[in-house]
Amino acid sequence: MKKMINNPDNVIDELMAGYLIAYPEYIKRSNLHQRALIGKKRHPNRKVSVLIGGGSGHEPAFIGYVGQGMADGVAIGNIFASPSPIPIQAVTREIHDSHGVLYIYGNYAGDLMNFEMASEMTEVEDDIETAVVIGNDDVASAKEIEERRGIAGELLVYKAAGAAADFGYDLEEVRRIAQLANDHTRSMGIGLSPCYLPQTGKPSFDLEDNEMEIGLGHHGEPGIEKTTIRTAQETVQVIMKNILKEGLYQPDDEVVVLVNGLGATSQMELYIINKEVDAILSENNIKTYKSYVGNFITSMEMGGFSVTLMKLDETLKSCIDHPVDCPNFKEV
Amino acid sequence: MTLTSETYKSFILALAELFEEQKDNLCELDRKIGDGDHGVTMNIGYQAVKDTIHNELQAQNDIAKISVAVGKSFLDAVGSSVGPLYASGYLKAAVAVKNKTELNDTYLYQFWIAFSKGIKARGKAEIGDKTMIDTLEPFYLSLESSKSQNINFKEAFALALLEAKKGMESTKDIVSNKGRSKRLGYRSQGHVDPGAMSAYLMLNTFKSYV
Repeated sequence: MKKMINNPDNVIDELMAGYLIAYPEYIKRSNLHQRALIGKKRHPNRKVSVLIGGGSGHEPAFIGYVGQGMADGVAIGNIFASPSPIPIQAVTREIHDSHGVLYIYGNYAGDLMNFEMASEMTEVEDDIETAVVIGNDDVASAKEIEERRGIAGELLVYKAAGAAADFGYDLEEVRRIAQLANDHTRSMGIGLSPCYLPQTGKPSFDLEDNEMEIGLGHHGEPGIEKTTIRTAQETVQVIMKNILKEGLYQPDDEVVVLVNGLGATSQMELYIINKEVDAILSENNIKTYKSYVGNFITSMEMGGFSVTLMKLDETLKSCIDHPVDCPNFKEV
Repeated sequence: MTLTSETYKSFILALAELFEEQKDNLCELDRKIGDGDHGVTMNIGYQAVKDTIHNELQAQNDIAKISVAVGKSFLDAVGSSVGPLYASGYLKAAVAVKNKTELNDTYLYQFWIAFSKGIKARGKAEIGDKTMIDTLEPFYLSLESSKSQNINFKEAFALALLEAKKGMESTKDIVSNKGRSKRLGYRSQGHVDPGAMSAYLMLNTFKSYV
Protein backbone atom coordinates (compact mmCIF):
# COMPACT_ATOMS: atom_id res chain seq x y z
CA MET A 1 0.00 0.00 0.00
CA LYS A 2 1.27 3.44 -0.96
CA LYS A 3 -0.66 6.25 0.68
CA MET A 4 0.32 9.79 1.46
CA ILE A 5 -0.98 9.97 5.02
CA ASN A 6 0.32 10.47 8.55
CA ASN A 7 -0.87 8.28 11.40
CA PRO A 8 -3.60 5.98 9.98
CA ASP A 9 -5.65 6.57 13.15
CA ASN A 10 -5.89 10.28 12.34
CA VAL A 11 -6.98 10.06 8.71
CA ILE A 12 -10.57 11.23 9.28
CA ASP A 13 -9.73 14.17 11.54
CA GLU A 14 -6.97 15.30 9.20
CA LEU A 15 -9.01 15.10 6.01
CA MET A 16 -11.77 17.10 7.71
CA ALA A 17 -9.25 19.70 8.85
CA GLY A 18 -7.88 20.06 5.32
CA TYR A 19 -11.35 20.38 3.85
CA LEU A 20 -12.34 23.06 6.35
CA ILE A 21 -9.20 25.03 5.51
CA ALA A 22 -9.95 24.75 1.78
CA TYR A 23 -13.62 25.80 1.87
CA PRO A 24 -14.25 28.09 4.85
CA GLU A 25 -16.95 29.97 2.92
CA TYR A 26 -18.94 26.76 2.45
CA ILE A 27 -18.71 24.84 5.69
CA LYS A 28 -17.89 24.95 9.39
CA ARG A 29 -17.52 22.46 12.21
CA SER A 30 -20.33 22.25 14.75
CA ASN A 31 -19.46 23.09 18.34
CA LEU A 32 -21.66 20.18 19.37
CA HIS A 33 -19.54 17.41 17.85
CA GLN A 34 -16.18 17.01 16.14
CA ARG A 35 -17.69 14.88 13.32
CA ALA A 36 -20.63 17.20 12.60
CA LEU A 37 -20.21 19.74 9.77
CA ILE A 38 -22.66 22.49 8.92
CA GLY A 39 -23.13 24.32 5.60
CA LYS A 40 -22.90 28.09 5.40
CA LYS A 41 -24.84 28.67 2.17
CA ARG A 42 -28.58 28.24 2.35
CA HIS A 43 -31.22 29.34 -0.14
CA PRO A 44 -33.46 32.02 1.43
CA ASN A 45 -36.62 30.10 0.44
CA ARG A 46 -35.49 26.83 1.98
CA LYS A 47 -37.57 25.63 4.94
CA VAL A 48 -36.73 21.93 5.26
CA SER A 49 -33.12 21.01 6.01
CA VAL A 50 -31.30 18.14 4.32
CA LEU A 51 -28.83 15.98 6.26
CA ILE A 52 -26.52 13.52 4.55
CA GLY A 53 -23.86 11.23 5.91
CA GLY A 54 -21.98 8.01 5.71
CA GLY A 55 -18.55 6.53 6.07
CA SER A 56 -15.37 8.30 5.02
CA GLY A 57 -13.20 7.11 2.13
CA HIS A 58 -15.76 8.21 -0.49
CA GLU A 59 -14.43 11.76 -0.89
CA PRO A 60 -15.54 14.13 -2.21
CA ALA A 61 -18.66 12.41 -0.79
CA PHE A 62 -20.29 12.99 1.50
CA ILE A 63 -18.63 16.11 2.86
CA GLY A 64 -18.44 17.70 -0.60
CA TYR A 65 -22.18 17.80 -1.13
CA VAL A 66 -22.92 20.29 1.60
CA GLY A 67 -23.57 23.56 -0.17
CA GLN A 68 -26.19 25.71 -1.79
CA GLY A 69 -28.88 23.64 -3.50
CA MET A 70 -27.66 20.41 -1.88
CA ALA A 71 -27.30 19.34 1.79
CA ASP A 72 -27.29 21.60 4.86
CA GLY A 73 -25.06 19.40 6.95
CA VAL A 74 -23.14 16.13 7.07
CA ALA A 75 -22.29 13.57 9.74
CA ILE A 76 -18.90 11.94 9.16
CA GLY A 77 -18.15 8.29 9.92
CA ASN A 78 -14.92 6.32 10.07
CA ILE A 79 -13.57 4.72 6.90
CA PHE A 80 -16.50 2.87 5.27
CA ALA A 81 -18.43 2.95 8.57
CA SER A 82 -21.64 4.78 9.35
CA PRO A 83 -21.39 7.83 11.62
CA SER A 84 -22.75 7.24 15.11
CA PRO A 85 -26.10 8.76 16.13
CA ILE A 86 -24.33 11.39 18.24
CA PRO A 87 -22.91 13.52 15.36
CA ILE A 88 -26.10 12.90 13.37
CA GLN A 89 -28.11 14.34 16.25
CA ALA A 90 -25.67 17.27 16.51
CA VAL A 91 -26.06 18.11 12.80
CA THR A 92 -29.84 17.79 13.09
CA ARG A 93 -29.93 20.28 15.96
CA GLU A 94 -27.74 22.74 14.08
CA ILE A 95 -29.45 22.71 10.69
CA HIS A 96 -33.14 22.43 11.53
CA ASP A 97 -35.16 25.56 10.91
CA SER A 98 -38.41 24.44 12.59
CA HIS A 99 -39.63 22.73 9.40
CA GLY A 100 -38.04 19.34 9.93
CA VAL A 101 -34.97 17.54 8.64
CA LEU A 102 -34.70 15.00 5.82
CA TYR A 103 -32.08 12.26 6.30
CA ILE A 104 -30.62 10.71 3.14
CA TYR A 105 -28.26 7.76 3.41
CA GLY A 106 -27.45 4.49 1.71
CA ASN A 107 -29.05 1.15 2.43
CA TYR A 108 -26.47 -0.47 4.72
CA ALA A 109 -27.09 -2.23 8.04
CA GLY A 110 -24.87 0.23 9.95
CA ASP A 111 -26.36 3.39 8.48
CA LEU A 112 -29.88 2.10 9.09
CA MET A 113 -29.23 1.47 12.79
CA ASN A 114 -27.31 4.68 13.49
CA PHE A 115 -29.71 6.97 11.61
CA GLU A 116 -32.71 5.23 13.21
CA MET A 117 -31.21 5.76 16.66
CA ALA A 118 -30.44 9.40 15.81
CA SER A 119 -33.97 10.02 14.65
CA GLU A 120 -35.40 8.40 17.82
CA MET A 121 -33.06 10.55 19.94
CA THR A 122 -33.89 13.85 18.19
CA GLU A 123 -37.62 13.26 18.20
CA VAL A 124 -37.59 12.63 21.95
CA GLU A 125 -34.86 15.01 23.14
CA ASP A 126 -35.14 17.88 20.66
CA ASP A 127 -38.71 17.59 19.33
CA ILE A 128 -37.44 17.83 15.74
CA GLU A 129 -39.40 16.04 13.06
CA THR A 130 -37.30 13.89 10.71
CA ALA A 131 -38.05 12.00 7.51
CA VAL A 132 -35.92 9.50 5.65
CA VAL A 133 -34.99 8.49 2.13
CA ILE A 134 -32.72 5.47 1.80
CA GLY A 135 -30.63 5.10 -1.37
CA ASN A 136 -30.86 1.64 -2.97
CA ASP A 137 -29.90 2.10 -6.62
CA ASP A 138 -27.43 -0.79 -7.10
CA VAL A 139 -29.17 -3.39 -9.26
CA ALA A 140 -26.33 -5.90 -8.82
CA SER A 141 -26.58 -6.10 -5.03
CA ALA A 142 -29.91 -7.93 -4.64
CA LYS A 143 -32.96 -9.00 -6.55
CA GLU A 144 -35.41 -7.40 -4.12
CA ILE A 145 -35.31 -3.61 -4.50
CA GLU A 146 -35.57 -2.86 -0.77
CA GLU A 147 -32.54 -5.07 -0.10
CA ARG A 148 -30.28 -3.28 -2.57
CA ARG A 149 -27.41 -1.10 -1.39
CA GLY A 150 -27.02 2.54 -2.33
CA ILE A 151 -24.12 3.63 -4.54
CA ALA A 152 -23.51 6.64 -6.81
CA GLY A 153 -27.20 7.28 -7.49
CA GLU A 154 -27.40 8.97 -4.10
CA LEU A 155 -25.81 12.05 -5.66
CA LEU A 156 -28.89 12.55 -7.83
CA VAL A 157 -31.15 12.02 -4.82
CA TYR A 158 -29.26 14.78 -2.95
CA LYS A 159 -29.75 17.06 -5.94
CA ALA A 160 -33.48 16.38 -6.12
CA ALA A 161 -33.93 16.81 -2.36
CA GLY A 162 -31.84 19.99 -2.31
CA ALA A 163 -33.80 21.54 -5.16
CA ALA A 164 -37.14 20.59 -3.59
CA ALA A 165 -36.02 22.14 -0.31
CA ASP A 166 -34.93 25.32 -2.15
CA PHE A 167 -38.38 25.50 -3.77
CA GLY A 168 -39.72 26.02 -0.24
CA TYR A 169 -41.68 22.75 -0.06
CA ASP A 170 -42.59 21.15 3.28
CA LEU A 171 -40.94 18.05 4.75
CA GLU A 172 -43.40 15.55 3.28
CA GLU A 173 -43.09 17.04 -0.21
CA VAL A 174 -39.29 17.18 -0.09
CA ARG A 175 -39.25 13.57 1.09
CA ARG A 176 -41.68 12.54 -1.66
CA ILE A 177 -39.56 14.13 -4.40
CA ALA A 178 -36.30 12.67 -3.03
CA GLN A 179 -37.95 9.25 -2.83
CA LEU A 180 -39.22 9.68 -6.41
CA ALA A 181 -35.66 10.49 -7.53
CA ASN A 182 -34.42 7.36 -5.76
CA ASP A 183 -37.17 5.19 -7.25
CA HIS A 184 -36.33 6.43 -10.76
CA THR A 185 -32.62 5.69 -10.34
CA ARG A 186 -30.64 2.51 -11.05
CA SER A 187 -26.89 1.92 -11.01
CA MET A 188 -24.34 -0.79 -11.51
CA GLY A 189 -20.59 -0.83 -10.95
CA ILE A 190 -17.43 -2.59 -12.08
CA GLY A 191 -14.27 -3.12 -10.01
CA LEU A 192 -10.84 -3.19 -11.62
CA SER A 193 -8.50 -2.88 -8.64
CA PRO A 194 -8.94 -2.74 -4.86
CA CYS A 195 -8.56 0.09 -2.40
CA TYR A 196 -6.44 -0.28 0.74
CA LEU A 197 -7.79 0.41 4.21
CA PRO A 198 -5.40 2.87 5.87
CA GLN A 199 -5.42 0.99 9.16
CA THR A 200 -4.74 -2.48 7.81
CA GLY A 201 -2.85 -1.75 4.60
CA LYS A 202 -4.71 -4.68 3.06
CA PRO A 203 -6.50 -4.63 -0.30
CA SER A 204 -10.29 -4.57 0.00
CA PHE A 205 -10.58 -7.56 -2.35
CA ASP A 206 -8.39 -9.83 -4.41
CA LEU A 207 -8.47 -9.63 -8.19
CA GLU A 208 -6.00 -10.94 -10.77
CA ASP A 209 -4.39 -8.46 -13.19
CA ASN A 210 -6.59 -9.61 -16.06
CA GLU A 211 -9.83 -9.74 -14.06
CA MET A 212 -12.70 -7.43 -13.24
CA GLU A 213 -15.56 -7.76 -10.79
CA ILE A 214 -19.00 -7.14 -12.26
CA GLY A 215 -21.49 -5.57 -9.88
CA LEU A 216 -18.89 -4.50 -7.32
CA GLY A 217 -20.11 -2.44 -4.35
CA HIS A 218 -18.73 0.85 -3.10
CA HIS A 219 -16.78 -0.76 -0.28
CA GLY A 220 -15.32 -3.56 -2.37
CA GLU A 221 -18.24 -5.88 -1.71
CA PRO A 222 -18.14 -8.65 -4.28
CA GLY A 223 -20.62 -8.36 -7.12
CA ILE A 224 -22.20 -10.91 -9.40
CA GLU A 225 -19.09 -12.47 -10.91
CA LYS A 226 -15.41 -12.13 -11.67
CA THR A 227 -14.57 -12.23 -15.37
CA THR A 228 -11.59 -11.45 -17.55
CA ILE A 229 -11.37 -7.78 -18.37
CA ARG A 230 -13.10 -6.61 -21.55
CA THR A 231 -13.24 -3.41 -23.60
CA ALA A 232 -15.16 -0.36 -22.41
CA GLN A 233 -17.79 -1.06 -25.03
CA GLU A 234 -18.32 -4.70 -23.96
CA THR A 235 -18.25 -3.82 -20.27
CA VAL A 236 -20.79 -1.01 -20.62
CA GLN A 237 -23.00 -3.37 -22.63
CA VAL A 238 -23.09 -5.77 -19.66
CA ILE A 239 -23.91 -2.95 -17.24
CA MET A 240 -26.58 -1.39 -19.45
CA LYS A 241 -28.17 -4.76 -20.12
CA ASN A 242 -28.60 -5.25 -16.37
CA ILE A 243 -29.92 -1.72 -15.80
CA LEU A 244 -32.32 -1.73 -18.77
CA LYS A 245 -33.58 -5.19 -17.81
CA GLU A 246 -35.27 -3.48 -14.86
CA GLY A 247 -37.91 -2.22 -17.30
CA LEU A 248 -37.88 1.26 -15.81
CA TYR A 249 -36.48 3.05 -18.88
CA GLN A 250 -38.63 3.05 -22.02
CA PRO A 251 -38.26 4.47 -25.55
CA ASP A 252 -38.76 8.27 -25.63
CA ASP A 253 -37.83 8.60 -21.94
CA GLU A 254 -35.35 11.26 -20.93
CA VAL A 255 -32.65 10.27 -18.45
CA VAL A 256 -29.81 11.77 -16.48
CA VAL A 257 -26.61 9.73 -16.86
CA LEU A 258 -24.04 9.62 -14.08
CA VAL A 259 -20.69 7.96 -14.84
CA ASN A 260 -18.94 7.77 -11.50
CA GLY A 261 -15.28 6.87 -11.07
CA LEU A 262 -14.25 4.98 -7.93
CA GLY A 263 -10.99 6.86 -7.52
CA ALA A 264 -8.26 5.29 -9.66
CA THR A 265 -10.03 5.17 -13.00
CA SER A 266 -9.04 8.17 -15.09
CA GLN A 267 -11.33 10.89 -16.36
CA MET A 268 -10.21 9.82 -19.84
CA GLU A 269 -11.70 6.37 -19.31
CA LEU A 270 -14.86 7.82 -17.79
CA TYR A 271 -15.50 9.91 -20.93
CA ILE A 272 -15.07 6.81 -23.09
CA ILE A 273 -17.55 5.00 -20.85
CA ASN A 274 -19.98 7.91 -21.15
CA LYS A 275 -19.84 7.68 -24.95
CA GLU A 276 -20.64 3.95 -24.77
CA VAL A 277 -23.55 4.58 -22.42
CA ASP A 278 -24.98 7.19 -24.75
CA ALA A 279 -24.65 4.87 -27.75
CA ILE A 280 -26.71 2.19 -26.03
CA LEU A 281 -29.30 4.72 -24.89
CA SER A 282 -29.62 5.98 -28.49
CA GLU A 283 -30.11 2.42 -29.75
CA ASN A 284 -32.97 2.14 -27.29
CA ASN A 285 -34.42 5.55 -28.23
CA ILE A 286 -33.77 6.90 -24.75
CA LYS A 287 -32.63 10.50 -24.66
CA THR A 288 -29.73 11.71 -22.51
CA TYR A 289 -30.99 14.93 -20.94
CA LYS A 290 -27.75 15.53 -19.11
CA SER A 291 -24.67 13.56 -18.16
CA TYR A 292 -22.38 13.92 -15.19
CA VAL A 293 -18.93 12.36 -15.61
CA GLY A 294 -16.40 12.33 -12.80
CA ASN A 295 -15.23 11.01 -9.45
CA PHE A 296 -18.26 11.95 -7.33
CA ILE A 297 -18.50 9.12 -4.80
CA THR A 298 -15.24 7.20 -4.66
CA SER A 299 -13.74 4.32 -2.70
CA MET A 300 -10.32 5.81 -2.00
CA GLU A 301 -7.93 4.50 -4.70
CA MET A 302 -10.23 1.77 -5.99
CA GLY A 303 -10.19 1.24 -9.75
CA GLY A 304 -13.55 0.94 -11.44
CA PHE A 305 -16.69 2.90 -12.08
CA SER A 306 -20.44 2.79 -12.01
CA VAL A 307 -23.14 3.88 -14.42
CA THR A 308 -26.35 5.42 -13.08
CA LEU A 309 -29.52 6.34 -14.93
CA MET A 310 -32.29 8.49 -13.52
CA LYS A 311 -35.55 8.70 -15.45
CA LEU A 312 -36.92 12.24 -15.58
CA ASP A 313 -40.42 13.56 -15.23
CA GLU A 314 -41.32 17.26 -15.07
CA THR A 315 -40.69 17.43 -11.30
CA LEU A 316 -37.28 15.78 -11.44
CA LYS A 317 -36.30 17.81 -14.50
CA SER A 318 -36.96 21.02 -12.59
CA CYS A 319 -34.78 19.67 -9.76
CA ILE A 320 -31.95 18.75 -12.12
CA ASP A 321 -32.14 22.23 -13.72
CA HIS A 322 -31.90 23.94 -10.33
CA PRO A 323 -28.45 25.48 -9.70
CA VAL A 324 -26.10 24.04 -7.08
CA ASP A 325 -22.95 25.42 -5.55
CA CYS A 326 -20.77 22.96 -3.66
CA PRO A 327 -16.95 22.95 -3.64
CA ASN A 328 -16.73 19.97 -6.01
CA PHE A 329 -20.10 20.21 -7.69
CA LYS A 330 -21.15 23.51 -9.21
CA GLU A 331 -23.87 24.13 -11.75
CA VAL A 332 -25.05 27.64 -12.38
CA MET B 1 -19.75 -15.22 43.26
CA THR B 2 -19.61 -11.42 43.32
CA LEU B 3 -18.32 -9.06 40.66
CA THR B 4 -17.20 -5.68 42.00
CA SER B 5 -17.20 -2.48 39.98
CA GLU B 6 -13.39 -2.53 39.98
CA THR B 7 -13.36 -6.06 38.54
CA TYR B 8 -15.97 -5.00 35.98
CA LYS B 9 -13.70 -2.13 34.91
CA SER B 10 -10.72 -4.51 34.67
CA PHE B 11 -12.80 -6.77 32.42
CA ILE B 12 -13.60 -3.85 30.10
CA LEU B 13 -9.93 -2.86 30.03
CA ALA B 14 -9.04 -6.47 29.21
CA LEU B 15 -11.39 -6.18 26.22
CA ALA B 16 -9.44 -3.12 25.06
CA GLU B 17 -6.28 -5.20 25.21
CA LEU B 18 -7.96 -8.17 23.52
CA PHE B 19 -9.21 -6.18 20.53
CA GLU B 20 -5.91 -4.38 20.08
CA GLU B 21 -4.25 -7.78 19.91
CA GLN B 22 -6.91 -9.36 17.66
CA LYS B 23 -7.23 -6.39 15.28
CA ASP B 24 -5.43 -7.97 12.34
CA ASN B 25 -6.95 -11.44 12.78
CA LEU B 26 -10.47 -10.04 12.78
CA CYS B 27 -9.76 -7.84 9.77
CA GLU B 28 -8.44 -10.84 7.88
CA LEU B 29 -11.63 -12.78 8.63
CA ASP B 30 -13.71 -9.78 7.54
CA ARG B 31 -11.77 -9.35 4.33
CA LYS B 32 -12.98 -12.81 3.28
CA ILE B 33 -16.62 -11.83 3.51
CA GLY B 34 -16.91 -8.08 4.02
CA ASP B 35 -14.92 -4.91 3.73
CA GLY B 36 -12.09 -6.02 5.98
CA ASP B 37 -12.41 -3.51 8.80
CA HIS B 38 -14.06 -5.38 11.66
CA GLY B 39 -10.88 -5.63 13.74
CA VAL B 40 -10.13 -1.94 13.19
CA THR B 41 -13.65 -1.01 14.23
CA MET B 42 -13.61 -3.06 17.43
CA ASN B 43 -10.20 -1.66 18.31
CA ILE B 44 -11.26 1.97 17.71
CA GLY B 45 -14.29 1.38 19.93
CA TYR B 46 -12.47 -0.21 22.86
CA GLN B 47 -9.59 2.27 22.73
CA ALA B 48 -12.20 5.03 23.21
CA VAL B 49 -13.77 2.98 26.01
CA LYS B 50 -10.37 2.61 27.66
CA ASP B 51 -9.95 6.41 27.66
CA THR B 52 -13.42 6.82 29.16
CA ILE B 53 -12.60 4.34 31.96
CA HIS B 54 -9.34 6.12 32.76
CA ASN B 55 -10.64 9.67 32.43
CA GLU B 56 -14.27 9.70 33.49
CA LEU B 57 -14.96 6.54 35.44
CA GLN B 58 -12.07 6.44 37.93
CA ALA B 59 -14.35 7.21 40.88
CA GLN B 60 -17.51 5.63 39.49
CA ASN B 61 -18.55 2.40 41.25
CA ASP B 62 -22.11 2.09 39.97
CA ILE B 63 -21.89 -0.78 37.46
CA ALA B 64 -24.97 0.40 35.56
CA LYS B 65 -23.51 3.88 35.12
CA ILE B 66 -20.17 2.44 34.05
CA SER B 67 -22.00 0.29 31.52
CA VAL B 68 -23.93 3.25 30.06
CA ALA B 69 -20.71 5.28 29.72
CA VAL B 70 -18.92 2.33 28.09
CA GLY B 71 -21.78 1.80 25.62
CA LYS B 72 -22.01 5.47 24.71
CA SER B 73 -18.31 5.96 24.19
CA PHE B 74 -18.10 2.79 22.07
CA LEU B 75 -21.05 4.00 19.98
CA ASP B 76 -19.69 7.49 19.46
CA ALA B 77 -16.26 6.21 18.46
CA VAL B 78 -17.35 3.60 15.92
CA GLY B 79 -20.83 4.16 14.53
CA SER B 80 -20.79 1.37 11.91
CA SER B 81 -23.12 -1.52 12.68
CA VAL B 82 -21.29 -2.84 15.72
CA GLY B 83 -21.62 0.58 17.42
CA PRO B 84 -25.41 0.54 17.86
CA LEU B 85 -25.34 -3.22 18.51
CA TYR B 86 -22.85 -3.26 21.38
CA ALA B 87 -24.14 0.07 22.72
CA SER B 88 -27.62 -1.46 22.93
CA GLY B 89 -26.10 -4.44 24.77
CA TYR B 90 -24.37 -2.25 27.38
CA LEU B 91 -27.43 0.00 27.81
CA LYS B 92 -29.87 -2.89 28.30
CA ALA B 93 -27.44 -4.59 30.69
CA ALA B 94 -27.23 -1.33 32.65
CA VAL B 95 -31.00 -1.22 33.01
CA ALA B 96 -30.94 -4.79 34.35
CA VAL B 97 -28.42 -3.93 37.10
CA LYS B 98 -29.55 -0.39 37.95
CA ASN B 99 -27.88 1.14 41.04
CA LYS B 100 -25.72 -1.93 41.66
CA THR B 101 -22.13 -1.49 42.79
CA GLU B 102 -21.54 -5.22 42.73
CA LEU B 103 -23.21 -8.13 40.97
CA ASN B 104 -24.12 -11.39 42.70
CA ASP B 105 -25.17 -14.52 40.79
CA THR B 106 -28.71 -13.23 40.20
CA TYR B 107 -27.52 -9.94 38.73
CA LEU B 108 -24.74 -11.55 36.71
CA TYR B 109 -27.38 -13.69 35.05
CA GLN B 110 -29.53 -10.60 34.44
CA PHE B 111 -26.59 -8.58 33.14
CA TRP B 112 -25.51 -11.07 30.49
CA ILE B 113 -29.00 -12.07 29.41
CA ALA B 114 -30.04 -8.41 29.02
CA PHE B 115 -26.76 -7.61 27.24
CA SER B 116 -27.27 -10.35 24.65
CA LYS B 117 -30.97 -9.69 24.18
CA GLY B 118 -30.33 -5.95 23.79
CA ILE B 119 -28.06 -6.70 20.84
CA LYS B 120 -30.55 -9.10 19.33
CA ALA B 121 -33.39 -6.57 19.60
CA ARG B 122 -31.35 -3.85 17.88
CA GLY B 123 -30.02 -5.98 15.03
CA LYS B 124 -33.11 -8.12 14.51
CA ALA B 125 -30.94 -11.02 13.36
CA GLU B 126 -31.85 -14.67 13.87
CA ILE B 127 -29.72 -17.74 14.48
CA GLY B 128 -28.41 -18.85 11.10
CA ASP B 129 -28.05 -15.35 9.63
CA LYS B 130 -24.25 -15.60 10.09
CA THR B 131 -23.88 -12.75 12.60
CA MET B 132 -22.81 -12.24 16.22
CA ILE B 133 -26.28 -13.52 17.18
CA ASP B 134 -25.09 -17.03 16.27
CA THR B 135 -22.74 -16.65 19.25
CA LEU B 136 -24.94 -14.61 21.57
CA GLU B 137 -28.31 -16.32 21.29
CA PRO B 138 -27.14 -19.86 22.17
CA PHE B 139 -25.18 -18.17 24.98
CA TYR B 140 -28.17 -16.45 26.57
CA LEU B 141 -30.53 -19.37 25.94
CA SER B 142 -28.10 -21.57 27.85
CA LEU B 143 -27.91 -18.98 30.67
CA GLU B 144 -31.70 -18.82 30.86
CA SER B 145 -31.96 -22.58 31.05
CA SER B 146 -29.30 -22.82 33.80
CA LYS B 147 -30.99 -20.01 35.70
CA SER B 148 -34.30 -21.86 35.74
CA GLN B 149 -32.45 -24.87 37.19
CA ASN B 150 -30.80 -22.71 39.89
CA ILE B 151 -27.31 -23.60 38.71
CA ASN B 152 -24.64 -21.27 40.16
CA PHE B 153 -23.44 -18.58 37.76
CA LYS B 154 -19.86 -19.79 37.47
CA GLU B 155 -20.97 -23.19 36.24
CA ALA B 156 -23.72 -21.67 34.10
CA PHE B 157 -21.28 -19.29 32.43
CA ALA B 158 -18.92 -22.13 31.52
CA LEU B 159 -21.82 -24.06 29.96
CA ALA B 160 -23.07 -20.99 28.10
CA LEU B 161 -19.59 -20.26 26.78
CA LEU B 162 -19.45 -23.73 25.24
CA GLU B 163 -22.75 -23.04 23.48
CA ALA B 164 -21.43 -19.64 22.33
CA LYS B 165 -18.37 -21.35 20.87
CA LYS B 166 -20.45 -23.92 19.02
CA GLY B 167 -22.60 -21.11 17.67
CA MET B 168 -19.59 -19.12 16.54
CA GLU B 169 -18.10 -22.16 14.80
CA SER B 170 -21.41 -22.92 13.10
CA THR B 171 -21.16 -19.66 11.14
CA LYS B 172 -18.44 -21.23 9.04
CA ASP B 173 -20.98 -23.34 7.16
CA ILE B 174 -23.67 -20.69 6.88
CA VAL B 175 -24.43 -18.62 3.82
CA SER B 176 -24.62 -15.04 5.07
CA ASN B 177 -28.09 -13.58 5.48
CA LYS B 178 -27.52 -10.19 7.16
CA GLY B 179 -25.34 -7.12 6.91
CA ARG B 180 -22.91 -6.39 4.13
CA SER B 181 -21.75 -9.98 3.72
CA LYS B 182 -25.31 -10.97 2.78
CA ARG B 183 -24.59 -9.70 -0.71
CA LEU B 184 -21.98 -12.45 -1.06
CA GLY B 185 -24.42 -15.32 -1.00
CA TYR B 186 -22.65 -18.66 -1.30
CA ARG B 187 -19.25 -17.02 -1.53
CA SER B 188 -19.52 -16.25 2.20
CA GLN B 189 -19.59 -19.96 2.99
CA GLY B 190 -16.47 -21.53 4.52
CA HIS B 191 -15.51 -18.55 6.70
CA VAL B 192 -16.37 -17.85 10.34
CA ASP B 193 -18.31 -14.62 10.67
CA PRO B 194 -15.97 -11.99 12.18
CA GLY B 195 -18.80 -10.52 14.29
CA ALA B 196 -19.59 -13.96 15.71
CA MET B 197 -15.89 -14.44 16.42
CA SER B 198 -15.40 -11.11 18.23
CA ALA B 199 -18.54 -11.70 20.33
CA TYR B 200 -17.13 -15.09 21.35
CA LEU B 201 -13.71 -13.61 22.17
CA MET B 202 -15.42 -11.02 24.38
CA LEU B 203 -17.38 -13.68 26.31
CA ASN B 204 -14.30 -15.87 26.57
CA THR B 205 -12.44 -12.96 28.17
CA PHE B 206 -15.07 -12.75 30.90
CA LYS B 207 -14.27 -16.38 31.84
CA SER B 208 -11.30 -15.28 33.95
CA TYR B 209 -13.55 -12.95 35.93
CA VAL B 210 -16.09 -15.55 37.11
